[in-house]
Amino acid sequence: MKTNNILLKFILAAYLVVFFGYLLGPLVVMSITAFNSPSFPKLTPWECLTFEWFDVLAHDERILNGIENSLIIGIGTVILSVIMGLAGALMLTQIWPKLRATYYTIVIAPILIPGVVLGISTLVFWDRISIMLGMSSGGILHNGIFLTILGQSTFIASYCMLVFIARLQRFDTGLTEAALDLGATQVQAFRKILLPFMKPAIGSAAVLAFLASFENYNTTTFTFGKFPTLTIELAQKVRYGINPSISALAFIIIVLTILGALAHEIYRRRQQLALANGAPVAAVSGGFQLPKIFRGNPAAIILVLLTLGGASTLWFAQSYSPDVCKMDVREQKRLIQEERIKAIREKRQLELQQKQHQGPDVFGGSKSAAPATQSPGKGAFGNVFDPGNLDKSGPGAVKPQEPTKSPGKGAFGDVFAPQNLDKAAPKED
Amino acid sequence: MTKGVDVDLENVWIRFGDFVAVREANVNIKGGEFFSFLGPSGCGKTTILRSVSGFLEPSEGNVRIGGRDMAGIGPNKRPTALIFQNLALFPLMKIWENITFSMEVKGASKAERRKRADELLDMIALPDQGEKLPSELSGGQKQRVAIARALCAEPDVLLLDEPLSALDLKLRQHMRTELREIQQRVGITFIYITHDQGEALTMSDNVAVMRAGIIDQIGSGHTVYNDPATPFVASFVGENNVFRGKVKSIDGDMALVSTNRTGELLARIATTVQGSLKVGDPAMMFVRPEALNIAPDISSAPNRFAAMVKHEEFEGQIYNVFLEGSEGKEIKMSLVNIGKERQSAEGMNLTLEYVPEQAIVLPAGELASE
Repeated sequence: MKTNNILLKFILAAYLVVFFGYLLGPLVVMSITAFNSPSFPKLTPWECLTFEWFDVLAHDERILNGIENSLIIGIGTVILSVIMGLAGALMLTQIWPKLRATYYTIVIAPILIPGVVLGISTLVFWDRISIMLGMSSGGILHNGIFLTILGQSTFIASYCMLVFIARLQRFDTGLTEAALDLGATQVQAFRKILLPFMKPAIGSAAVLAFLASFENYNTTTFTFGKFPTLTIELAQKVRYGINPSISALAFIIIVLTILGALAHEIYRRRQQLALANGAPVAAVSGGFQLPKIFRGNPAAIILVLLTLGGASTLWFAQSYSPDVCKMDVREQKRLIQEERIKAIREKRQLELQQKQHQGPDVFGGSKSAAPATQSPGKGAFGNVFDPGNLDKSGPGAVKPQEPTKSPGKGAFGDVFAPQNLDKAAPKED
Repeated sequence: MTKGVDVDLENVWIRFGDFVAVREANVNIKGGEFFSFLGPSGCGKTTILRSVSGFLEPSEGNVRIGGRDMAGIGPNKRPTALIFQNLALFPLMKIWENITFSMEVKGASKAERRKRADELLDMIALPDQGEKLPSELSGGQKQRVAIARALCAEPDVLLLDEPLSALDLKLRQHMRTELREIQQRVGITFIYITHDQGEALTMSDNVAVMRAGIIDQIGSGHTVYNDPATPFVASFVGENNVFRGKVKSIDGDMALVSTNRTGELLARIATTVQGSLKVGDPAMMFVRPEALNIAPDISSAPNRFAAMVKHEEFEGQIYNVFLEGSEGKEIKMSLVNIGKERQSAEGMNLTLEYVPEQAIVLPAGELASE
């Protein structure tokens, strides 16, 4: 019985680890690569702690431009979607009951239609409209921001509407009637009674709409025109190879999300506490007391700790320079490579000596066909890619004898040997 | 204070599709009167109230307030204020903002509104509660805030839709007196909707008893209780014991009813049917529990009948005695507690008597379902 329990607990714990690992693992890995110095996002080998990718990110014009476009489009989409969603939800409460189900299906349909289709149809539709109105092709109906806002809003408005419907179902229409009875006009009743009631839902809908807009790719990809959003820029970047500045961006987004979630949690807890106590958090007498905002509010504590951590990281980043470490790493690499080169040289030397003992006259200063044919496994290009050649880079100093002794060599010789690249590179400049 | 104005319903019909919610309502409510519509739930009393406050238009007929026809005038333009069954206080507004909402929509300044709110809060005995939210008040306090909010609009007519139904008994009884007091102080017309006959009788100057969209009787509480116009009113307002039968003979305003099982019983003919009730008509005889008494002897008389005691209940000021008569239906008798320990009479056969003038004969008709 007891062992059974422990086993169960163990399985549960293991499951949780796997589950959260699956959920959060990629994010953690991505965040860590933002601080590693290699120029491709890598977790291992860990080389140097660096903040340079944030710097790279901050100077990447395309990313910054993408963020700006995303923000503009996000705000536009929020405004349009919230208004359309609210109108749609209110309509649902007003419409003739028999039509309600049909109406609901129609306004919810955009969620079910693939974003790609919405994107294409937005493009085609507004193009037609623009032609019908006789507008030039540079007009507002061809503007990427305008089209993207419209395209995204077609389905994001439906999301918003769902949020509003949920809230409206809890609305007591008696309140509107009471307002009317007390002399308010319809507009006043809406503005002073219904709108304040909808405020939390408007907030959630706005956040939802903004996030949906910010992360949207498949609709936007058809409509962005000259104004690529962040997602579009990222997708284009990935095609040409990425560097950890994208990890840095991911890290920033993750941190902002966590901060936002914590702030919301704090707010919610405070409200709950206030509700439970019927008044602001009651003071408990005696003993050590946390400041008011923290009492019964772990989210606030975590937030403060995170903020402190963030601040100290920033401070650290100001004073810390990874250059020393990088030099170290480079030095280490160089040393390792030198060791290797040395080892190889010695080996060759040794083999050379053995060869010389066998037939010393065969090898002259100039090229002869004989040794080439004798060297097994040698490619058609002869010694052209001989590392020794690259190494010394002087044609006069060619020593064809050496490579002939290295067995199992491929057609390209040692061209990809790390030490060669290392050495060759500076000389190419 | 504003003087109340008359409210007249003239031949008002209200239909929802095929369903007739209110049938031919003719009511004249005098200015400054406390008028109640009393009826079981679903009888159309709230519908009438909504047609007065302007939330729905009668299908036929006129609603007049202060002599002015209200057709086409919306609820926000009528001189009425409605107190909702659930009170409908605005949950996101503070108490003082709730109370002065009617001033806010007319554009009154904040200082003005605060001042008026303080006056009204004093009036409803809730000073210094203005900064709270409705959710922080108790049921009775919310009730009073709702009244203050309605009064702040300075209506000529105050409409109350079962505003006390959510309160517990003690509070309800307290609020009855308070409402009546407020009404007398402000002097405006109150129209009160209730299914509780106790509320209607204690507070109202006049009561309209409704059944399934029809107004059965309009009159003072006294009239409605002592001289009901229909079997429905007789059985709905207060408690009544019913005996069915036929009119055997009529002598002036008294009639002898030969009941189906209990023999012949003498009773007074209800005022509204005097002259129209004829010998041989199917009739119902009503006698109230408090009109019954234990006869001093067992001799038979037209105001006596026999019954067996089933059980008794002690209610404080009265004993309720439930008896089984030959009608098959339970008979209830209420005896005043005169302070002496009463011997239980359970299982005994008793002869009951009543004063014939306190019993009522009506033509047979629909009873209020229990």
